[in-house]
Amino acid sequence: MKSKAAGLPLSYRLAVTSRCLAALLGGYVLAAMVGVLLSQWLPLSRAEAVQIGMMSSFLFYLGAFIWAFATHSAWRAWLGILLPSLALAAINGLTYWMSKA
Amino acid sequence: MKEGFRQAMAWLHTWAGLIFGWLLFAIFLTGTMSYFKPEITRWSQPEVPVRALDLPLALSKAQDYLQRNAADAPSWFIEPPNERTPGITVGWRGGDGPRGFTRKTLDAETGEEIVTRQTRGGDFFYRFHFQLEMPYPWGRWLATFAALMMLVGLVTGIITHKKIFKEFFTFRPGKGQRSWLDGHNAIGVLALPFHLMISYSSLVIFMYMVMPAPILASYDNEQGYFNEVFGGRDSVKASGEKVALQPLPELYRQVLAQAPDARIIWLDVQRPGDRNAQVLFIPDGHERVAVQRGAGWRFNGADGSLAWSARPETLAGTISGGFYGLHMASFAGPLLRWLYFFFGLAGTAVIGTGLVMWLGKRQLKHAKSGTQPFELRLVEVLNIASMSGLILGVAGFFWANRLLPVALEGRAQWEVNAFFAVWLASLVHAVLRPGRRAWGEQLALAALSWAALPLLNALTTGQGLNRSIAAGDWAMAGFDLTALGCGLLFAWTASKMLRQPVQAPKRAPKPAKAAPQPTREAEAS
Repeated sequence: MKSKAAGLPLSYRLAVTSRCLAALLGGYVLAAMVGVLLSQWLPLSRAEAVQIGMMSSFLFYLGAFIWAFATHSAWRAWLGILLPSLALAAINGLTYWMSKA
Repeated sequence: MKEGFRQAMAWLHTWAGLIFGWLLFAIFLTGTMSYFKPEITRWSQPEVPVRALDLPLALSKAQDYLQRNAADAPSWFIEPPNERTPGITVGWRGGDGPRGFTRKTLDAETGEEIVTRQTRGGDFFYRFHFQLEMPYPWGRWLATFAALMMLVGLVTGIITHKKIFKEFFTFRPGKGQRSWLDGHNAIGVLALPFHLMISYSSLVIFMYMVMPAPILASYDNEQGYFNEVFGGRDSVKASGEKVALQPLPELYRQVLAQAPDARIIWLDVQRPGDRNAQVLFIPDGHERVAVQRGAGWRFNGADGSLAWSARPETLAGTISGGFYGLHMASFAGPLLRWLYFFFGLAGTAVIGTGLVMWLGKRQLKHAKSGTQPFELRLVEVLNIASMSGLILGVAGFFWANRLLPVALEGRAQWEVNAFFAVWLASLVHAVLRPGRRAWGEQLALAALSWAALPLLNALTTGQGLNRSIAAGDWAMAGFDLTALGCGLLFAWTASKMLRQPVQAPKRAPKPAKAAPQPTREAEAS
């Protein structure tokens, strides 16, 4: 498909761009949200949970990259990354708010 | 991307590899060199004499020197000599150095200041490896993101290369594209654990910088996290009451009493000569893989009592310290260090062969017409400049180190300028010359400039191989021999490139056994 790159339709190019952004930006948000979740819920000391959270987050970034390019459409790429990110953000926000309150 | 999982992953592998390949090649090459950072610095400063190792003597000489020259400085640091670094480096806040900081190199035996040529030595390549000579923090961010893309490239490569064990023993030399693919796969798989470890550990090393969200959710600021994990280093206030600093060799003996294997690589003296003085000894951590940041012994400088020692370890700290240590290889002895070096070269080669294949495969389609589209030419030029050009740039750095006058103003920066100037010149050369010729000519020049480094060293310093081998100065001799070996390798590749390309034999009609061949074409793209 790359050898015919010059003849690819615009819609295809936009879809590829969209997937790249989903992987790059969406993937980062997902990774950060997983990191925060682990850092708040792991039954370890605060410093340890934060370290494990940061270390694990990159694996989810990696997973998001693979998902963004493996799934059938660019829409699914975004949905598959943003929905879990939003869910995690809600849990994290609630946890953060409750710990501060 | 609609053809299926493996094809999608091959697509991602191809394009992530192309876009980040040039940068990753430079990161891997300079990182591989950094496993011999002290040896490169040693070669770059031939004025520093090699002495028999005597740490208590070196510490007392360093203390004398600092007492005479920087008694009023708020803090000192001392890097004592070791097997890989012959001189003592001392430094202090204040004085005439850059950014209000002065550094001097001392003779490990006499304690006298040595006038060395100004150079960044091995530290230049080490810093370039993760900062790319870009302003903070952009270089670190870019290098860390490149590491993530390397990880993406590795994982997608594994998915793409399904017959990973069966084809591991397959190498078909002299067959053009097929040989490149076999080589790419074999080197990639052979050192796969290293490649995965080195890419992932880069992310762990800078995780606090690139993934701060978990820290900020639990701490008020990043400093709070650092204080809790590594132990705070509160600045020591001066009391104003003068009390002579305890002799450093005495404090060192106390360290050895607690940890006989400890090798001290760094001493930090706060408020020397004050009643509140503190002396921190930091060990190199060679006795284990996991690096424990914040480890060390801190003494009250006035009475020599132990003020603080290493914090208890945690599991998570050991895991992240383990990745840190695996990446830096500070635990590795000479043999393991060479293994690291060759694995690093393997990583560099995987990236290089991948870039060559991307282009070769697409050039085949335009071979008949004799012209190639602009984008292929662009990739060709960038391939040449990023690989053989970088190799020339590194040689340029070392030539500048030997040829620039020792007294030149801003000399260390001129060496760096030489590195970039040669690299840029090779880019211009690659634009002007046809692809294969450009490769051949640059590699031939690289062969010459690398193989001649031992000779240049012998002529300019009188510490050539005849002297260094006889004296058992293996840092100096090892550098020269490695340069010579690189020169021979480049000569071999240059001779391949300068000869007319061998046309790959037309494939004979396939027997029935070769039926699954077409799928391999897809995965190889």
